[in-house]
Order: sequence, then C-alpha cells, then structure tokens
Amino acid sequence: MSLTLLHKLTLSELQRKFTAGDVTATEIVRAYFLRVAQVEPKVKAYLTQCQESAVAQAESLDRALKGWRKTTPMMGMPLAVKDNICTEGVRTTCASRMLETFVPPYDATVVAKLRAQNYLLLGKTNLDEFAMGSSTENSAFGASRNPWNIQAVPGGSSGGSAAAVAADECVAALGSDTGGSIRQPAAFCGVVGLKPTYGRVSRYGLVAFASSLDQIGPITKDVTDAAILLGVIAGHDPRDSTSADVPVPDYLKALRRKDLRRLKVGVPAEYFIDGLDPEVEQAVRMAIETLGELGADIREIKLPTTDAAVATYYVIATAEASSNLARYDGVKYGRRAADSKDLLDMYLKTRAEGFGPEVKRRIMLGTYVLSAGYYDAYYGKAQAVRTLIRREFEAAFQTVDLIVTPVTPTTAFQFGEKAQDPLQMYLSDIFTISANLAGLPAIALPCGFTQAGLPIGLQLIGRPFEEETLLRGAHAYEQATTWRAKKPAVR
Amino acid sequence: MAYEVVIGVEVHAQLRTQSKLFCACGTTFGLTANSQTCPVCLGLPGTLPVINEKAVEMAVRAGLALNGTIGEHNRFARKNYFYPDLPKGYQISQYEAPICEHGWIDITAAGQSKRVRVRRAHLEEDAGKNLHEAGSGMSLVDLNRAGTPLLEIVTEPDLSSSEEVVAYLKALRDLLMYLDVCDGNMEEGSFRCEPNLSLRPVGQTAFGTKVELKNINSFKIVKDAVDYEIRRQTKVLSEGGKIHQETRLWNLDRGETAVMRSKEEAHDYRYFPDPDLVPLNISAEWIEELRSGLPELASTKQQRFITEYDVPEYDAAILTSSKALSLYFEACVKLYPHPKTVSNWVMGELLRELNHAGIEADASPVTPERLVELLMLVDQGTISLKIAREIFPDVYTSEKTAAQIVQEKGLTQVSDEGALGTIIQKVLAKNPAQVAQFKEGKQQVLGFLIGQVMKASGGKANPGKVNELLKKQLHG
Repeated sequence: MSLTLLHKLTLSELQRKFTAGDVTATEIVRAYFLRVAQVEPKVKAYLTQCQESAVAQAESLDRALKGWRKTTPMMGMPLAVKDNICTEGVRTTCASRMLETFVPPYDATVVAKLRAQNYLLLGKTNLDEFAMGSSTENSAFGASRNPWNIQAVPGGSSGGSAAAVAADECVAALGSDTGGSIRQPAAFCGVVGLKPTYGRVSRYGLVAFASSLDQIGPITKDVTDAAILLGVIAGHDPRDSTSADVPVPDYLKALRRKDLRRLKVGVPAEYFIDGLDPEVEQAVRMAIETLGELGADIREIKLPTTDAAVATYYVIATAEASSNLARYDGVKYGRRAADSKDLLDMYLKTRAEGFGPEVKRRIMLGTYVLSAGYYDAYYGKAQAVRTLIRREFEAAFQTVDLIVTPVTPTTAFQFGEKAQDPLQMYLSDIFTISANLAGLPAIALPCGFTQAGLPIGLQLIGRPFEEETLLRGAHAYEQATTWRAKKPAVR
Repeated sequence: MAYEVVIGVEVHAQLRTQSKLFCACGTTFGLTANSQTCPVCLGLPGTLPVINEKAVEMAVRAGLALNGTIGEHNRFARKNYFYPDLPKGYQISQYEAPICEHGWIDITAAGQSKRVRVRRAHLEEDAGKNLHEAGSGMSLVDLNRAGTPLLEIVTEPDLSSSEEVVAYLKALRDLLMYLDVCDGNMEEGSFRCEPNLSLRPVGQTAFGTKVELKNINSFKIVKDAVDYEIRRQTKVLSEGGKIHQETRLWNLDRGETAVMRSKEEAHDYRYFPDPDLVPLNISAEWIEELRSGLPELASTKQQRFITEYDVPEYDAAILTSSKALSLYFEACVKLYPHPKTVSNWVMGELLRELNHAGIEADASPVTPERLVELLMLVDQGTISLKIAREIFPDVYTSEKTAAQIVQEKGLTQVSDEGALGTIIQKVLAKNPAQVAQFKEGKQQVLGFLIGQVMKASGGKANPGKVNELLKKQLHG
C-alpha cells in the first residue's frame, strides 16, 4: 500500500495492517509526518511535534519485532495527546504561557498505559488554555482551525485533538472533557468523541481544571476505534482515589450486535429548544428516526433541571479551578516574572503575565463563589442543583437505556464570533455539561452536514459505567449511515 | 477590676507514619533539603493525593484515647492560601467533618484536677519550610516536610492559667506518646502548640477578644508566653485599652510577644471539599477493632501500679508519666520483686541522670538488668546502700557491670568482725566523752559513733554489723 494513503486508515484498519506485517512502525511514522507537514500549516493542531523521538521509537520497535508480529493493541499506533495530559520528557504546556517550558518528569497514567504498549507519540495538541474554552481561541499559542473550513473554529477545548484526527494528522487522539471538551470539538470536526463515566479513566497526570468533572477520553475516526482506545486507557488507578475499581469489559464485544432491538432510547424535550440551529435539529431528528428503524424503542423523557446546568457548571467548575490553578505561583516550576520587588509582587506579576483573560476570569469567578459569605449562596446551591440533575438522570435511566440529544446548538462557528462574549461561548456547552455534572458517559458522533458543509454531531448519554451500551448504540447508528465516509478537503 | 483568663489550645502533632499523608515519600527529620519529595508533594501539575491508611488509623486511635466520637463519614477539604512553602496553593485539611469530636482529657494542675474538653481533632498535611539566607536577599524552600501527616487537636476554652496549659500539653503529649502515634519532639516540631487567650471581667459570660500565640516550642516557653500575655492584656484592659484580635509571636530574646498579623490581614481560606479525595468512611467495626487494641494509658496504668505494686500514688504518677519509664519500672520489678525499692531508684538516681541527659528511659544506658544487678549487690551485703548510690553515676556512664566497678574501686563492704573490731577500738579510743555519755544512758550517741566508724572505714563498713559490734563493745 502506498505510504501516502496510510493516514486515511482508521485505528482498527492500521492495527490489522501492522499486525499482518504489511507496514512497519517506521513507515507509519513517516507517512504521518508527511501528512502533518502537508496540512499542519493550515490546521495548526499541534503545539509540540515529536518527530525525532517517534521515528527513533518506531525504528527500535521494528528492530525488536524483526517481523515477529505478536502485538499489543496500541503497538506502533501513531497518536496525538492533548497538551494538558502529562508526558514524561515532552513539554506539557496546557496552552498557557505559565507552563510554556514545563517538562513533566512523569507520564499521566493513560500515557503510561499507551507507552507500555509501545504506542507512538506524534505530538501534543492545542487546546484552550487549561482546557477553559470552546474554540481553542483561548490558547496562548494561537487557535487551531477546523479542517472542514479553516475560517471556523475546531471547537474546544480539545480542538487540537479533534482537528488532528479529522485532518488525518494522527490515527486517534486523547482529549479531556470537563463540560463537553471532547464531544463539542468532535462534533464540530465530524469525528467521534467519547467522554467516559467519571472514574472510568484515571485522571493522574491530567492537569486539573475542575477535578470533579474532568475525564480523559478518546477522539477517533469511528466508533470501533473509540472502543479500542477506551479499552486501553480505562481502569482503576491506585494513584487516583476517584478512579473506580470496576472491571474493564471488552468494549469491542459490545459492537457485535448490529441492531438496537429491546434498547429503550429517551429524547429529552429540554434539549430541543429555541436557539437550536434548525439544520442541527433536523439532522438529529433524522438520526433518532434511524435509531428507531434499527429497533430502538424511542420515548420522550423529561430532564427539567437542564436549564440550570450551565449556571451550576460555571459555579462548580470555576470554584475548583480557582483552587487547582493556585499552584502556578512562580515558586517551583513554570513561569516566574522577572524583577519582582517582593513575594506578593512576584505572585501578582507571574499570574498576570502567565494566565490569559479567560483563565483569569474563571479564577476570579471561582474565588468569588467560595468566599466567606457567598459560599452557601453559590457553591452550596450549585452542589444542591448538581444533585438534582444527577437524580433526574437516575430517574430517566429507570425507563430508558440511552438518552439521545444534539451535541451543540450550532455547528462550528467562525473565529471571533463568540470570543468577545463569554456568555455566548459558555452556552455552546449547554447540551454537554449535564453529563459531566452527573458523571455519566456520553459519546458524540457525526449525524450529518449543513448546507455549508459543516459536520453535525449526535450525542448519546448512558448509565454510569455502561459505556458498552453507549458504544453499541453509536456503532449501530454509524454502520447504518455513511457520514464517516465523508472527509474534509483541507486545502 | 479583676479579670478571668480564658485559654484554648491548638496542638499540631506529627503522626509517626513511615510515609507522608498523601504520597509515598518518607517523613524522616533533618535530611538534605527537598530530598524527600515526589511529584505529588511538590504539587506538580496533574498529580493527585491518595490517603495514607496508617495516618487515619493513628488519628482514630488518638481520637479514641481522647474519649472522642469518631466521625464515620470523613471529608477532606482544601484550605486555600498562597505561601511559598505550600506547593499546591492549598492545604488538604478537614473542615466540616473532622475525624474526632467531643473528646476530653483529665489534667492536674496546682493540686486541682480538671477535665479539659477537646472540641475536635482532624487530619491535615504539613507545609514545607522557607529558609531565608541572611544577606543574600534570597529565600529558599525545603519541601521535605510538605505533606507530613498532622493531627490538629483543638480544645474548648477550658483552661485558665499557664500551669493548666502546661499540664494539658504534658498530658496530651504523654497520651500521644503512649499510643506511639507521635514522638513528642517539640524542638523538631513534632508537637507544636498555639494557645489562644482572652480576658474577661470576673462574672461576665461573654468572651473577651482573643489573641493567638505562635512560635512556642517548649513547655517553658508556653508558660512564659502565656504569663506574659496575661500580664499584657491585664495591663491594657486596666488602663481602659482594647485588645485587638490578632496573632502574636513569642520573641525568645526579648521575652515578650509581638504582633504577627491582625484580624484584618486574616485569610479567607475558602474551604471547600477536596474533589480529588473521595469521602473517607471509617466503619464502626474498624473503630471497635482499634478501640480494643488501644494500649493501657497513663491514668489506668497509674491505678494499676498503686494496687498491683503497692507503691504510693505519688510514685505511681511519676512512674507512669512516660510510657518508656513505666515499661522500665515494670521490667525491673519482674527481675527484682521489691517495687518500692525499684521505685525509689528509678525516681531518684535514674531519673536524675536521664533528665540531665535529656533522654527517655528506653534510651537509658543502665538497662533494667544492670540496675537490678546493683540492687542485688546491696541485698547480698557486698556493698552498702550508700556506696551503691555513690557508684550509680559510674554504672550509668561506664559499660562495666556494677560488680566490676565495686571490685576495681575496692568498695566491697567490710563485714569481717576482726577488721571492724579494730576500727571500732580506734573510734572508741578517740571519743571517750561520747562513750561516757552512752554509758550514762544517752542512747542517741550510738548513731554518732556508727557514723564515725563508717567514716573511718571509708564507707565500706557493713552498717548492720557495725551497729551490732558497737553495742557489744559498749555494753561489754
């Protein structure tokens, strides 16, 4: 097979070729960096490329294998990792001036798992600074572009990972999702993004934004790939107390059933509201019909507290962020402002220089909601609403197995369109936030295109630790449709 | 106007775990700066805390020994503030649900016993240490101590004098050392105390404005600082002044307290539950298991010593004042079943040397075996009690056995009638007046004569034998 076509393969296809000995790891790396060189100037998905180390690793892997092909799932697979996930020896910036030169002395647990299987790290992908944003416009190092239309944002915060997968700059990528940061960019870029159940995947080494909401997950070319990658990164980690000690099933097995008979799928009216783009609504409604045709029992359900989700989220997430980001003080690592008069001056200057406006906005908001006298009114109230939202989902899952919704109210917007209006930007997470607040697994996958040629995303939400049902539903839909065949023409 | 003193005390006791509260780093004191650190306790991005079960166990045992209620549903909270020795920009502590509440401890001060209520005890991590290089204009940070487990123990405002504060601190420190959960070393900061103190006119129920005292690392300083602060506040109030809510530091050189920070500068710590740690549930079964495994504590042991060994209450209190001393005493009694004799030696000669050296009984160079050997030499008549007392410092400092020392110094007791008879003859010849008095019926003179014989023998004469022989001579 021509090396110039290797990048078009999905993870499962590339695995088969590699295992069969049709391609070597070195050929894979070469092919991908050719592709990166070709499209990266337009897409700008990566903050750091690891060509040298990836080539060296691939060569040593090929030497070690010598044609002997007993492989682990991720062996020789070229992945991109969001730049808020720590990689030993490779700088991890969080797209922030604060950590511009920070090189972690350790791997995140998910990276250690991939490394143990001899994956190939192609590079670290762009994001909104500290994962705060929905467009990558908050990256201190410039925004990434949407491969479908480089005038449009790729979404965020895992915009670099989603764009890299969509533009075939890696076979799959890791993202992180705090309020939709995997699913929204996946939807904007027409790829598959899975946010696992809170606790399904270790957070150790994921630079914290909002600890009770953050979760690492795969961004892939199709649902099968998501199942493969999730299987590799999932599982209990003794270094993360919030990771659950629940066995990891064989997610690929869940994909064997092609129909959705006896599966009850709920449609919440609260997700089909004013402000939902008619083209998006139409595509999602059609997808729901398809699910029905596949045998799913479609039912109306109620999630009345949905309208409070965005407000609740922005209290809890910013409160946690204000504390999580306190460690960037110029004392131990990362940026330190020069010429400080005294300690306070060093703190003030370092943080003034090191953080961008959105991060500062959220630190201030979070500090405020935790302050003496305001705690009960904001943080306390938000926790109470969070419990309500969780209970609503629990009740809904008494009667349905999956919930289907749009991922976002609109498709990818233009650069600058919402950057000046934080509230508008926050509302683009309106359909994804609830799954984080309730700790539920959710997947985004393509379900159509607008007239203008931008991808539209479908979201499925499942019960805690039932990623299998999620993958089964998503896979059946994917196989019944042809959206994944369409590729962006990056020019 | 007469004022009443109201004092509460906050103690930070370092728990004697092998590793830190939320990572696997060691807790040894005094190692090279930052050698005892890892990504977790350095607060590197993306790292997460994992609770040390041993620290929880120690905290529960301490809580039980303090007669407290153990919280079955514990939460850790973040206490947010900026300081270079605090790597994460927050300290993981407990706020709403401490591990122990409503405890108490009985103390005795100035002959009065009192029950001091313990409001709460909670687990938290220690911060590191800032080192200021004089003249360099530079500050350095040592994070070896960052993340070390502490138990913060807070009393109700039940204390009213520096004596009571010291008695409480000693009782608490002994208790924690009995439990083996804290080494009690105040100089190294394993046991730190912060009294808070206010005055109010006698009869008033509302509390006065309180002042917190810091930089206190010995019992003497506690006493001095509290006494100073009582005098200072009394003076201010008597002159019609106002006490400001503030934290004051004890200045050792000046022997006074000075303002460290005022209430206005006090932090808003923005406590909230730490989302990186799941709620810590302590099962009732585990609590009961730990309760049944608690060692005998000082007060119980004191009672047992009185009944089992028939030693006076005073002796029992001293012998049980530290776990090591009580174990030492019991080891001796096992070998030498004369408790009161052992008690006299332990409280007298032994404690004098130990206090002088500043060590605990378990580090004594005179082991129970060696002390008992010395006592046996007295019983066997080899040496007199007086000689035994005299040579104790030698036994303490040398590695030789008591018998060897006695032999080398030629201190073996003289019981030989012939040798003693010669000495007695000489003494009687030198003191004819006293001999005459004795013969006139003045029995008291006998003591003087025995003393003279002992002196003439260089203390080696067997006093019982001398008594017997002298009487024989005088009556004969």
